[in-house]
Amino acid sequence: MTAPAPDRSAYRRLIEDDRVHGSLYTDPAVFADEMERIWYRTWVYVGHESEIPKRGDYVVKNIGPQSVIMSRDRRGEVHLLLNRCSHRGNQLCEAARGNTGAIRCQYHGWTFGTDGALLGYPFRQGYGSDTPRSDLGLGRVTRVDSYRGFVFGSFVAEGPTLLEHLGAARDALDRVAGLSPLGRVELTAGWLQHEVRANWKMLVENETDGYHPQFVHSSIFQVGESHVGEVYSEKSAATARDLGGGHTEHDLRPQFRDLDVPLGWFGTTEDRLPEYCRALREAHGDEAAREILVDGSPHIMIFPNLFIAEIQLFVIQPLTVDRTVQHVTPLQFAGAPELNRRLLHQVSGSVGPAGLLLADDSEMYERNQRGVTARSPEWLVLRRGLHRERPDAEGHLAGAATDETTQRAIWRHIRELLTEEAPA
Amino acid sequence: MSAPASTLSKAEVEQFLYTEARLADEGRYDEWESLWADDALYWVPAAGSTDPQRHISVIFDHRSRIALRVAQLKTGKRHSQDPRSNIAHLISNVEILAEDASGTHTSATFLVMESRSRGLTSWAGRVEHTLVRHDGRLLMSRKVVRLVNADRALPTMAFLI
Repeated sequence: MTAPAPDRSAYRRLIEDDRVHGSLYTDPAVFADEMERIWYRTWVYVGHESEIPKRGDYVVKNIGPQSVIMSRDRRGEVHLLLNRCSHRGNQLCEAARGNTGAIRCQYHGWTFGTDGALLGYPFRQGYGSDTPRSDLGLGRVTRVDSYRGFVFGSFVAEGPTLLEHLGAARDALDRVAGLSPLGRVELTAGWLQHEVRANWKMLVENETDGYHPQFVHSSIFQVGESHVGEVYSEKSAATARDLGGGHTEHDLRPQFRDLDVPLGWFGTTEDRLPEYCRALREAHGDEAAREILVDGSPHIMIFPNLFIAEIQLFVIQPLTVDRTVQHVTPLQFAGAPELNRRLLHQVSGSVGPAGLLLADDSEMYERNQRGVTARSPEWLVLRRGLHRERPDAEGHLAGAATDETTQRAIWRHIRELLTEEAPA
Repeated sequence: MSAPASTLSKAEVEQFLYTEARLADEGRYDEWESLWADDALYWVPAAGSTDPQRHISVIFDHRSRIALRVAQLKTGKRHSQDPRSNIAHLISNVEILAEDASGTHTSATFLVMESRSRGLTSWAGRVEHTLVRHDGRLLMSRKVVRLVNADRALPTMAFLI
């Protein structure tokens, strides 16, 4: 049991425009509210269609603490099923992935199609004439939709469509797909799972925080050849953007356009990836291909759990108020084997429990979580760049690279979701 | 079953593994790095990964990245190891598995206790080494750490495992 949750109006007091209350990271009752009003309501990223290419393929994914089976049925349709037998509640899939004609519960042998329908159960006579069937399929995520192969689910029947939810963030998914000569992302290089003792919002807020890299990652900037440090300096041309809907972006394009070097964003040059560059030019034409190669891949946090950081994709999974898992995989692009090899090599060094970058981010999440338990001061200050943020050409509020425009945007959206009256 | 013929004695192998573990435990980074051959691989696979060229790994460091990892630890600003975790490696079940042109292949089990602000974390698994003799010194050209919980979510592991 958790303590009584703050009533809806309390969140207006706890979340101000430029500061938030520490209890939002530590109170289990707040976490319970977030699950109901955010994670089990809005669109949440679950997986990518490339992870289940064949009919009968499935992978076990999640929406927060809920275990979700993403499957492709025998007609080729994608389903998000809850990993629970409809009979007596046993967890169905223990393996992380597989291919099957039927999902079988090991407890009493009930079987289900990869579309979630109940197929059968042993010893039918035990049910007499009362034969369960159509009403005993697997639980499912109410709405399933995908964009560019990115599959999202929502536990409520009503509400914005996926495209409405994505809004301006949709453009980033187009940009990612555009880096493939065939227009397709493929998540085929496996996953690392990195658990931190911190609240999920610590991670979300950090993903588009341009203020921390110079401090948290100074060790690798000092000894490595990375140019990333410049992107997050006071002089950077990059901007911190509020895309609406809680989605935030670190738009690095201004910086890379100043540099004006194809593949400069990836710290390499065209002659190192000739086949890839040729394929991209053939697919898009010289001019468009050059633009793609200069602009590079986006750095975007799609609320509440999909973070695309140029060369890798993270999925944030809250477990409890102070435990969160970050799942990470290298981005891989259809028709780009040369690029993919390099991406994998680079990502392997950066992310995960031993990553030269992510281990230090995660250390900060955990210190931050310990820090906010202090009794005083009660507030976290999110004031940086308030005086200089402005709507950009596309009408999105934008601040300098190191500004807290993005954290304020995330909190405005969280406040909206937590204070909104639940639909009847 | 008898052990395969090897130019290294079991005692030599054990002494190497104990020394390597102690240097890692004590944060003697330069000395630990000096145990690596020029052609080296330090690999901690993710669950189910048989091909590190196709699947992401927890660690997949060739010689230059081993040097980078150590250099980063030595900056004093590798926050996930500043302060250093207190570490104790326990090495057991040491076996010489084979010997060929690439070196002597050994296997051992390990248990590592790590203490830091997060709390006490236990790490365990199997570690495979390929040992080579170079100018009279024993060096490692390959170290593969197979964690028993590689298929689960892992906490931060920024020390040298």
